[in-house]
Amino acid sequence: MSTVTDTANTPATDDAHGHDDHHHHIPKGLMRWLLTTNHKDIGTLYLWFAFIMFLVGGAMAMVIRAELFQPGLQIVEPNFFNQMTTVHGLIMVFGAVMPAFTGLANWLVPMMIGAPDMALPRMNNWSFWILPFAFLILLSSLFVEGGGPAFGWTFYAPLSTTYSGDSTALFVFSVHIMGISSIMGAINVIVTIFNMRAPGMTYMKMPLFVWTWLITAFLLIAVMPVLAGVVTMVLTDKYFGTSFFDAAGGGDPVLFQHIFWFFGHPEVYIMILPAFGIISHIVPTFSRKKLFGYASMVYATASIALLSFIVWAHHMFTTGMPVIAELFFMIATMIIAVPTGVKVFNWVATMWRGSISFEVPMLFAIAFIILFTVGGLSGLMLAIVPVDFQYHDTYFVVAHFHYVLVTGAIFSIMAAVYYWLPKWTGRMFDITLAKWHFWCSLISVNVLFFPMHFVGLAGMPRRIPDYALQFADFNKWISIGGFAFGLSQLIFLALVIKACRKKGEKVSSQVWDGAEGLEWEIPSPAPYHTFDTPPVVK
Amino acid sequence: MADIDSQNNTSQTQNSSASGEAAHGKTVTKLLLVVVGMFGFGFALVPLYEVFCEITGINGKTSDEAAVYEAVEIDTSRMVTVEFITRTNSGMPWEFSAQTKRVEVHPGQMAQVDFYVRNPVSRDIIAQAIPSVSPGTAALYINKTECFCFRHQPLKAGEEAIMPMTFYVDPQLPDSITFFTLQYTLYDITATADEAEVVALNNSLGR
Repeated sequence: MSTVTDTANTPATDDAHGHDDHHHHIPKGLMRWLLTTNHKDIGTLYLWFAFIMFLVGGAMAMVIRAELFQPGLQIVEPNFFNQMTTVHGLIMVFGAVMPAFTGLANWLVPMMIGAPDMALPRMNNWSFWILPFAFLILLSSLFVEGGGPAFGWTFYAPLSTTYSGDSTALFVFSVHIMGISSIMGAINVIVTIFNMRAPGMTYMKMPLFVWTWLITAFLLIAVMPVLAGVVTMVLTDKYFGTSFFDAAGGGDPVLFQHIFWFFGHPEVYIMILPAFGIISHIVPTFSRKKLFGYASMVYATASIALLSFIVWAHHMFTTGMPVIAELFFMIATMIIAVPTGVKVFNWVATMWRGSISFEVPMLFAIAFIILFTVGGLSGLMLAIVPVDFQYHDTYFVVAHFHYVLVTGAIFSIMAAVYYWLPKWTGRMFDITLAKWHFWCSLISVNVLFFPMHFVGLAGMPRRIPDYALQFADFNKWISIGGFAFGLSQLIFLALVIKACRKKGEKVSSQVWDGAEGLEWEIPSPAPYHTFDTPPVVK
Repeated sequence: MADIDSQNNTSQTQNSSASGEAAHGKTVTKLLLVVVGMFGFGFALVPLYEVFCEITGINGKTSDEAAVYEAVEIDTSRMVTVEFITRTNSGMPWEFSAQTKRVEVHPGQMAQVDFYVRNPVSRDIIAQAIPSVSPGTAALYINKTECFCFRHQPLKAGEEAIMPMTFYVDPQLPDSITFFTLQYTLYDITATADEAEVVALNNSLGR
């Protein structure tokens, strides 16, 4: 990893507000944010947007958990319940996790590679500003007659073609916009990393967050167009009489699942690879050791990305595939555990005999390592074909993907915010609040998701607003965990608002004493323009 | 971006100069080609899937064209049981049943089975039957010389009909398959059928 730099070239900050006025006038107020092409501004916009979407999607999860608090239909109509599960999934995947990672990439990639900005700043502005419209369209579809999309975030045909409401067109259009935004963001990241690295920063000296995002960006440009294709087919099947997925017209509904999961499986790695990068920064810092096995981390990330293209049908074991195909997809899926295991062992080896201190980012990182591994292991169970026949479409699956996405992706994003927030604001965040946030989240998230394993194994199906009486006690606990986890995030909201209002102790440019990397050599808060003159990486 | 001094004399393409912009342009063009290519690939998956299934038979679809019965040697050494199941798609009101529930044939031997349909509602309907074989691999070895599933099936309100299907099992059928099921699902395609067909149904079926 690259750490030794020529800091003499780093421009000094001119004031504590992070403004740098030797370039040009920065418009004030709304116009500043609307017109900005600055990677730090756009990063901030992405992160706030993701946070707001996280709260909106979370509110929908609260509706789901309120309905499932007791057996029987209590609060909402089944059709509205289905809309909540659908839109909760869409918002969390495309509105919270992905934009949060893109925001982090905007903030951090240029600072980590010693570049003055992203390569395509105007496109950067566009790729952010079309996102709010995509989600406005999606959310407004909930209010049209017949309600919003109710076919699950996976929009399987014929649910989305034959049996869906009129709002499907709005859904398709909003997914198109989200896809375009992601593709533009990914292109920007790749061009920046390819062309704008500081002199001396070879590929194998790049920080791991940069590496994991580079690979993620390639996954994005490879599969987001496939998603665009499959929603277009749903659109034409529904409105223009084509028969891609309609057996009566010569199509095949199973084809939908193949195309969707050809996108969908790489998509789950899009949501976890940047997390791997974040953890690979935080663990060495607070262990005061170099990351164990840098090169193997890079190769493991690349192999996970490549393997992600040949495992998609493990989502479809119960569609009646030939045994030979099931064996292939089972084994390919299990092979992914090897590079993933390499990463987990590398993090643990990094901590081994380190002088570890438990600052808040490290707490989240350690929780990530343990809980992501829980999610990974339930994933391995689901990969076993005969076992999957029983677990398919139960709460066991829900437990699995929430462990990898909430305690995986989301915890890593929170760890990243705590780790780099002092660099962004120049002040230390409120550590007491942060610890409250961590412990409340950690306990409640396990009360929320761990019992789902048990009700799933016992046969409780997912996506249904009612359940058999035997699941009542567990569901009550799950709901209580859910409400507590939801409320815990308000602590985070308060903390971030407080940090943005420049409360708290000033921090040095180093912030954390074990931190290494170019971003720690510029002042805190990071000036509006950094690395106008590139540093030389030795 | 533009006002950055380019005093760095290193080989990196970073910053300011026109060469930097050109490098960006080149990379962007390549990446856009990947995006366009993958969008096309998403659609290419449709015919690829069809061809793949046709070769391997794994989705249980039989050929939608009539086979020609050539002098096939009848394999009298073994018997294959073929079972017939019928169902109608949801919203399709026809009664639909197999008059022969199962037949036992030697591979290579011709057999005919009849299916009964009735349109019990007061509107004319055009139907399409879609076959599905289980286990899917057997789909490759069933040759139909005549089948109602090759064509759209129109029925006026209240009409009934017998629809024949003749087939033989290819003697190449693997020994491991001794029993398979052929299922037909009837779909109501009146809404999407050609207008000409609907008119023909209205006129010519008054027999």
